[in-house]
Amino acid sequence: MLSSHAFGDPGKMKDYHYAGPVEQRFSPYAFNGGTVLAVAGEDFAIVASDTRLSEGYSIHSRDSPKCYKLTDTTVIGCSGFHGDCLTLTKIIDARLKMYKHSNNKMMTSGAIAAMLSTILYGRRFFPYYVYNIIGGLDEEGKGAVYSFDPVGSYQRDTYKAGGSASAMLQPLLDNQIGFKNMEGVQHVPLTQDKAVQLVKDVFISAAERDVYTGDALRVCVITKEGIKEQTVPLRKD
Amino acid sequence: MALSNVLETPAAGFNFDNAARNAALEGLFERGQAPKPLKTGTTIAGVVFKDGVVLGADTRATSGEVVADKMCAKIHYIAPNIYCCGAGTAADTEKTTDLLSSNLTIFSLNSGRNPRVIMAVNILQDMLYRYHGKIGANLILGGVDCTGNHLYTVDPHGSVDEVPYLAMGSGDLAALGILENGFKLDLELEEAKELVRAAIHAGIMSDLGSGNNIDICVITRQGVDYIRPYQESEFKDNRKIKYRYRPGTTPVMTEKVVPLKLEVVQESVQQMDTA
Repeated sequence: MLSSHAFGDPGKMKDYHYAGPVEQRFSPYAFNGGTVLAVAGEDFAIVASDTRLSEGYSIHSRDSPKCYKLTDTTVIGCSGFHGDCLTLTKIIDARLKMYKHSNNKMMTSGAIAAMLSTILYGRRFFPYYVYNIIGGLDEEGKGAVYSFDPVGSYQRDTYKAGGSASAMLQPLLDNQIGFKNMEGVQHVPLTQDKAVQLVKDVFISAAERDVYTGDALRVCVITKEGIKEQTVPLRKD
Repeated sequence: MALSNVLETPAAGFNFDNAARNAALEGLFERGQAPKPLKTGTTIAGVVFKDGVVLGADTRATSGEVVADKMCAKIHYIAPNIYCCGAGTAADTEKTTDLLSSNLTIFSLNSGRNPRVIMAVNILQDMLYRYHGKIGANLILGGVDCTGNHLYTVDPHGSVDEVPYLAMGSGDLAALGILENGFKLDLELEEAKELVRAAIHAGIMSDLGSGNNIDICVITRQGVDYIRPYQESEFKDNRKIKYRYRPGTTPVMTEKVVPLKLEVVQESVQQMDTA
């Protein structure tokens, strides 16, 4: 097909040059979609993720949750490139065991977050293509959420959405949990039931408008009694 | 380009008037990245049956990974006896089918006849080939005329194929699986509708670019039955919390009221999609 570069003045053709060998690049990354969300309450934390694993316009699996249980008080949600998610969680599990054996106690949520930041930055120049969010209880029993970028920058939050529908969910959470952009509204502290219902509703909205989010929602509620999981169906189309 | 192919034959050969402008535009956008047009990411299918043609389409339009329209109409009117499903760039399919429809209406008025499907196909082929695939319209044309029941596929580069059953769009492979399994010659109306519905449904479930509802259009000698939607999506959102905002939640900084003198002539109510 003739390219328009071949034409200078209309009607006069420039010389057509052979472009030389073209390098075909192999990409080590793939984007497998998925959305994760974490909310911290007064004495609970919620980590939720959808369960769809996709690539391009196809679906690999409808039942691949992105929340992984690390300890009795901490759950991590990882979305992005599934290969890196699996390897990263294996590495975190191994490091948790090592810590337990050396220090004779389980790692706290804050410690896991700090460790993850170091692990991620260790691969600064060939990053893990994973968006992480850790949800759990801190030493005082209050809910804690730590959100990361792919190279290890992190901060403690009250609520955070990550993954493909994060740009759609974050403003909604800012409004409903952070009471932003509203006036004259009572700042009622978030109860566990309201938080779980909000998370379910917010994922229903995400599944409507994001093609990579759907199939089912896995919600992990972390309290001092332990971790309870529930699965809720979402749109499958 | 002449607006009507029917009144005047288009100038012979290729038209390169825009080549210099395009080269300049490529330099204007950084790294040659022009604004991305809305693509439909679709499943469309068509089947020829005993008495006519059945066309089917999903109703999701995507803009990258975001669903832009949950109820978009992909089956376009061309003539009273010809309808066209479009996949690819949304603007291209809309405008191409509009242009085609205008041309054929002029022909009908001139000659007093319903257009034949092959005429629609030829006009489309001419126009798409002239633009060398730059118009991203993958079309399925179906219609019934005096020569019989026809189903054609037209590619963006202008290649044409007449076939008894067909699927196109990003969900075409899933739909084609169902069609290959279930198609027979001389199907009855209900069987044909069910086959097309199942094919589009397969595309909706397997393809991320297709979804929501299914539209069906049945074209026979007696007339056209455009069923929109033929099947509503089985996924209903059931949000539990009511997200209502009291008046006053958004702060009012200043207020200025200008009364307009209006006379109500006609009132019509259209429901918004609040999902």
